[in-house]
Amino acid sequence: MSETALPEDSALSPLRSFQGLILTLQRYWASYGCVILQPYDMEVGAGTFHPATTLRSLGPRPWKAAYVQPSRRPADGRYGNNPNRVQHYYQFQVIIKPSPPDLQELYLNSLYAIGIDPEIHDIRFVEDDWESPTLGAWGLGWEVWCDGMEVSQFTYFQQVGGIDCAPVSGELTYGLERLAIYVQGVDNIFDLNFNGLEGDDKITYRDVFQQAEQEYSRFNFEHADTDLLLRHFADAEGECHALIEAGASGDRHEMALPAYDQCIKASHLFNLLDARGVISVTERQSYILRVRDLAKACAEAWLKTEAGGGEGAHA
Amino acid sequence: MPDLLLELFSEEIPARMQARAADDLKALVSDALKSAGCGFEDAEAWATARRLTLAVKGLPESQPDVTEERKGPRVGAPDKAIEGFLGSVGRTLDQCEIREDKKGQYYAAVIEKKGGPVADVIAAIVPDMMARFPWPKSMRWGSGSLRWVRPLRSILCLFDGKVVPFEIGGIASGAVTYGHRFHAPGAIEVTGLEDYLAKLKYARVMLESATRAKAISSQAGKLAAAAGLDLVEDEALLRENAGLAEWPVVLMGAFDEAFLEVPPEVLTTSMKSHQKCFSLRDPETGKLANRFILVSNLHAEDKGEAIIAGNERVIAARLSDARFFWDQDRKTKLEDLLPQLQQIIFHAKLGTQAERVARLEAISADIAGLIGADAAAAQQAARLCKCDLVTEMVGEFPELQGLMGRYYALEEGLSADVADAMAQHYQPQGPSDAVPEGGVAQAVALADKIDTLVGFWAIDEKPTGSKDPYALRRAALGFIRTVLDRGLRLRLSPVIQFALARLGPTLDRLNEGGERKTLVRAVHDSLLRGDNYLLAFFADRLKVHLRDQGARHDLIDAVFALGGQDDLVLIVKRVEALGAFLDTDDGANLLAGVKRAQNILRIEEKKDGASFDGAPATALFVQDEEKSLAQAIEDVSVRTATATSAEDFEAAMTALAGLRAPVDAFFDAVTVNADDPALRENRLKLLSRIRAATQSVADFSRIES
Repeated sequence: MSETALPEDSALSPLRSFQGLILTLQRYWASYGCVILQPYDMEVGAGTFHPATTLRSLGPRPWKAAYVQPSRRPADGRYGNNPNRVQHYYQFQVIIKPSPPDLQELYLNSLYAIGIDPEIHDIRFVEDDWESPTLGAWGLGWEVWCDGMEVSQFTYFQQVGGIDCAPVSGELTYGLERLAIYVQGVDNIFDLNFNGLEGDDKITYRDVFQQAEQEYSRFNFEHADTDLLLRHFADAEGECHALIEAGASGDRHEMALPAYDQCIKASHLFNLLDARGVISVTERQSYILRVRDLAKACAEAWLKTEAGGGEGAHA
Repeated sequence: MPDLLLELFSEEIPARMQARAADDLKALVSDALKSAGCGFEDAEAWATARRLTLAVKGLPESQPDVTEERKGPRVGAPDKAIEGFLGSVGRTLDQCEIREDKKGQYYAAVIEKKGGPVADVIAAIVPDMMARFPWPKSMRWGSGSLRWVRPLRSILCLFDGKVVPFEIGGIASGAVTYGHRFHAPGAIEVTGLEDYLAKLKYARVMLESATRAKAISSQAGKLAAAAGLDLVEDEALLRENAGLAEWPVVLMGAFDEAFLEVPPEVLTTSMKSHQKCFSLRDPETGKLANRFILVSNLHAEDKGEAIIAGNERVIAARLSDARFFWDQDRKTKLEDLLPQLQQIIFHAKLGTQAERVARLEAISADIAGLIGADAAAAQQAARLCKCDLVTEMVGEFPELQGLMGRYYALEEGLSADVADAMAQHYQPQGPSDAVPEGGVAQAVALADKIDTLVGFWAIDEKPTGSKDPYALRRAALGFIRTVLDRGLRLRLSPVIQFALARLGPTLDRLNEGGERKTLVRAVHDSLLRGDNYLLAFFADRLKVHLRDQGARHDLIDAVFALGGQDDLVLIVKRVEALGAFLDTDDGANLLAGVKRAQNILRIEEKKDGASFDGAPATALFVQDEEKSLAQAIEDVSVRTATATSAEDFEAAMTALAGLRAPVDAFFDAVTVNADDPALRENRLKLLSRIRAATQSVADFSRIES
């Protein structure tokens, strides 16, 4: 770790800047051998939706990746007024297949790299089973607590898209804002120092995101055109099914990724509709099942591609 | 005698699964050892967040030798059969014995099995036990296929101080354990149980759950005392914390006093459910203090300063959320939340919460009328009692349902009766929970339960065997306890009728056509027939309840057998009076007399194939004892009838006691089966009058002597 450690007074120290935290985690996992990817260029509710996690966790091929993923949860918006809740935030995602036997130690060392010293901080693995009904996915693991604060989610994937994961992937999801709030010692997400500089040069999370929070909250809660969203949902669903069908070629599948994009779209549109409060409790379940059907179809298609390890794909 | 030490070291085991896992480990290995013929002196198992450990003391070194006799073909059986047998047991004919049974002689092979080393037995049973370990939820990891609660890291298995070698899931057993995750992460070589226990302690692991719980209690107690406060005890929270830390270190933190304006249950629940922290209260005022107790897993170099600071920030954020919900929720009147109840499905066939609330309003008012409570208040309480389900606070903390309704009702100035009903209408939740206190709360609580019972009965979702997903047994018991504890005079049949009538429109709407008609008619019919099976369910629950209270089940049966018993308070009064009467000399003797009469009647009625019901003829009485018994029966019948209709069951029993002497005298002096058939019939009719006279109080034939 010595090569990644920065002096505490450096602007890029994870203790001083949000971007320093991100860079430190990236360097840490890069040095372990992960490919450092960039965020997926679509709206998603969590880093798990990135095909580098969902699809790559399926099939026999080993895989190691880490990336930041902006995550959108329309219903969590608070017009930029709440110190803890925002509708757009960052997750740092690590996915390793097969899960290595020392994954817990690797994770703890990453905390050490960002300045959390296990000699004085109480770090705990508290039962938390993960399930994504829309992805047809579940796993067992923990939420990781640091001095009572949940700083990460730690999951061993058991199923994705209704398909057993074999080998099993280990997934780590760091809530970057929470971690930064913790290591920087501030109480409000908007007070986070983004670039690590002081005085006139200092840029805060507020400078970067508060206006966006206000605008998107208005959009999410008040102005998103629900009829349009419903149409988009149907379109994405239709397109996904069409691509699944069109891409099928014997034992192989040639368009699993584009089909999955439509699944991601449908999922986000569902979240927007949910935030607008136009989906009743009974309808809710049927929307979730419709997205899950898409996820399942994409997962099955993925297994017939080369990266999915499909036998037909090698022919 | 050698000992076995087994430790299954894994990543963090969920706290709630640990105790059960230790029990299962002990039971599975003990059973497997026993069925392999390996007895032992003692077995003990422990669980921590990262390990399951089992110690079995006093095992033999080898399995005992066993002698097994295999039965072969009959003497003189075809050669092929005999050869086949010899081949299967590996013997020659002259090595076999000849035995004899009823059918003749047969060959038998006596096979002596030499017991193998117990170490080999262990090496076979442990992996087998692990492969079928009954975790509530298990998982795979890496590239392996073994399932365990979380990834298994290492296995320590020593017998008589030596490693028992086996492998499972790519992990070979050894003599190594690991200590506390942060204090002693390195490998620790172990030679046996004593060595293991000592080294773990040194490596900051308290192996025993009770030791950890005790450490938490005593440290927390000391911290509380030093601050002049009392710990708010919470057994479940203590157990959970004991499952989260291998070396618990208790610390105290504080939060802003301003949060204390939020109801204390909210603060306690928030700290407990989110942070697993204990609350503290001021012993003088009984009020919550702005302090909390946290349990860490670390002897921190800075004496816990950073840990406390971190926890205080999280608690502050949590309590801010709670206060936000409290402030938000109070901006809306409960009444204005009603429309949202239309969005909550209670049950697909029983409609939404809004429909349910409409039913509860009507039934609560009906019941209030019957028990002399304020019907308007009951109706209002019923109308609002589910509104807190859609508040932010209950959304976050479902366990606060009812209680929050009470707070919000008081905040908006509703009467205390109505507010209390919000909180108490879910009561009693279990056998030890209190029953609602005021009449309004009782009316709504009873309505809530009877609507649930009638509803699930109407859609045929009754409890079966151990399955009771809608907690209907609890609902019936809650109804019974509320009625009995508060002495409410309420007949069940009309209450069931009310509830069914209110349910009609919902059933109509949701269960169209034939299905609904059949359902409602079935319920109605059985109600009218008087053998209503919901009533029978109540009777069963009442029996269970009274039995738990120590009442004799035969007395309960004797009262129920009277039929038409649906006033719970009266049933209990009868049972009590009957029990007291039977404890007296008169009671016990009368019971014997009545039973004698019944036995004779049963035998003679069977013999004649005719009933002897009906009045005896006075003209045919020959002996004085007959006459005076007939007279006594007449007197007693009048007196018991008067007493029972006045619900004075003691008086009814006293009246019955008047039968004892004439009955005894009758049996002493009169021959029932007289030679003269007319006399015999008349005397048997007189006996049947004894039965009839006692029948107004209880069915004596159900009572065990």
